[in-house]
Amino acid sequence: MSEKKIRVLVAKPGLDGHDRGAKVVARALRDAGMEVIYTGLRQTPEMIAEAALQEDVDVVGLSILSGAHMALAPRVLGLLKANGQTHVKVFLGGIIPDEDLPRLKEMGVTGVYGPGANTEDIINDIRGALAEKA
Amino acid sequence: MTLAASILAGDRLSLARLLTQVENDSPDGRAALVELFPHTGRAHLIGVTGAPGTGKSSLVNQLALHYRKQADKRVAVVAVDPSSPFTGGAVLGDRVRMRDLSGDPNVFIRSMASRGSLGGLAQATAGMVQVFDAAGFDVILIETVGAGQSEVDIARLAHTTLVVEAPGLGDDIQAIKAGILEIADILVINKADRPGVENTEKALKSTLELAHPTQRVFHHHGRYSYATVEMPFDAKLWIPPIQKTVSTEGRGIPELVEAIARHAEHLRSSGDWTARERARLEVELEMLIQEALVARFREEVSPQQFRQVVDQMVQRDVSPWEAVQSLLNGRSK
Repeated sequence: MSEKKIRVLVAKPGLDGHDRGAKVVARALRDAGMEVIYTGLRQTPEMIAEAALQEDVDVVGLSILSGAHMALAPRVLGLLKANGQTHVKVFLGGIIPDEDLPRLKEMGVTGVYGPGANTEDIINDIRGALAEKA
Repeated sequence: MTLAASILAGDRLSLARLLTQVENDSPDGRAALVELFPHTGRAHLIGVTGAPGTGKSSLVNQLALHYRKQADKRVAVVAVDPSSPFTGGAVLGDRVRMRDLSGDPNVFIRSMASRGSLGGLAQATAGMVQVFDAAGFDVILIETVGAGQSEVDIARLAHTTLVVEAPGLGDDIQAIKAGILEIADILVINKADRPGVENTEKALKSTLELAHPTQRVFHHHGRYSYATVEMPFDAKLWIPPIQKTVSTEGRGIPELVEAIARHAEHLRSSGDWTARERARLEVELEMLIQEALVARFREEVSPQQFRQVVDQMVQRDVSPWEAVQSLLNGRSK
């Protein structure tokens, strides 16, 4: 019989073309036994929310290095909510100034990771956040 | 309202959730499949298979676009990618090539990991396809794992199977080997703008001339018993056409869609459509029976009993065949 797998959407919203971080994270989550749906570059928040819905993911990981996180993250969160996917945990990776962290958390972002973050931490945080819910 | 009922009413979130339940083979998922089954059997199931890197995802993207724009059909895509045999994890990347399809509420793309299944599909693919069928999608495109030579499960599931080749992947000996080419209803040479396309076409053509199937036998890994679709003897034989495409530019797609339509028409007029449906359901039943019997066996034979018999085998006291007999008899006591 099959067991429940953690499904994660890894997406890059916005216009920067640096997808190495997203790929490293995708690979690490794969090695942790998760099913990672990778959507590639230049996704609009609408595309991300739609993919999250169709794929029925537990987690959305956004990689943003363009500085547009304060605009993009709330859009994605809002669309997920509008689609009825309030249970989905949103994680953020990229170049995120510390002063933005409190507001991002307030919006509903579960975790934020900058350069040098340990993939083990990301994996543990995802598992922790989902266990909390269950 | 049950999950099944809200899917019939067109709710996308319920659809996505049920697909997960079916994929995980949960009791809720099974119950919903039972409820949805009478609503299935309407969609055209199109399989897309071929070696990794031949452009299956891009081709699926183009086909779906065409069905949306030219025919206003509702299109579902099930895209299977491999799970890691070591960690069970997977990176499912087929959506990367399907971004043109986003924003259209009449398209639904679902990625799935193979989860240890070896035939090019996942165990639950057939169930997920049934859900889409019941949900009223007209065309269901099923993209297999990048397939080698024996990932032929798709031929049992789909009405029409496209085998995608690309120039430069092998000579004419590759083309006469058994397996994946045999299951093609339509051969697609994608990336047909690349050099070597003439050689690929020639090799495929000579293969087709050698082949002259009178019946289709689905026999997979010896794991399931096989089902035979006998062709009515006066029916016209379907000879797989070779279609050339450049899916990044959409070239050859209208012709490919036409070939798919001709194949569907052939299936209907020859009676093969019904025969395939029957064969598919037969294999599915066979599989479910095996699952159920094995489950029942496990319930009735204790692990100790099992271990004991293995011990006896190790000691060469009983042969594996005798062991089977004694375990099967033992459970009735």
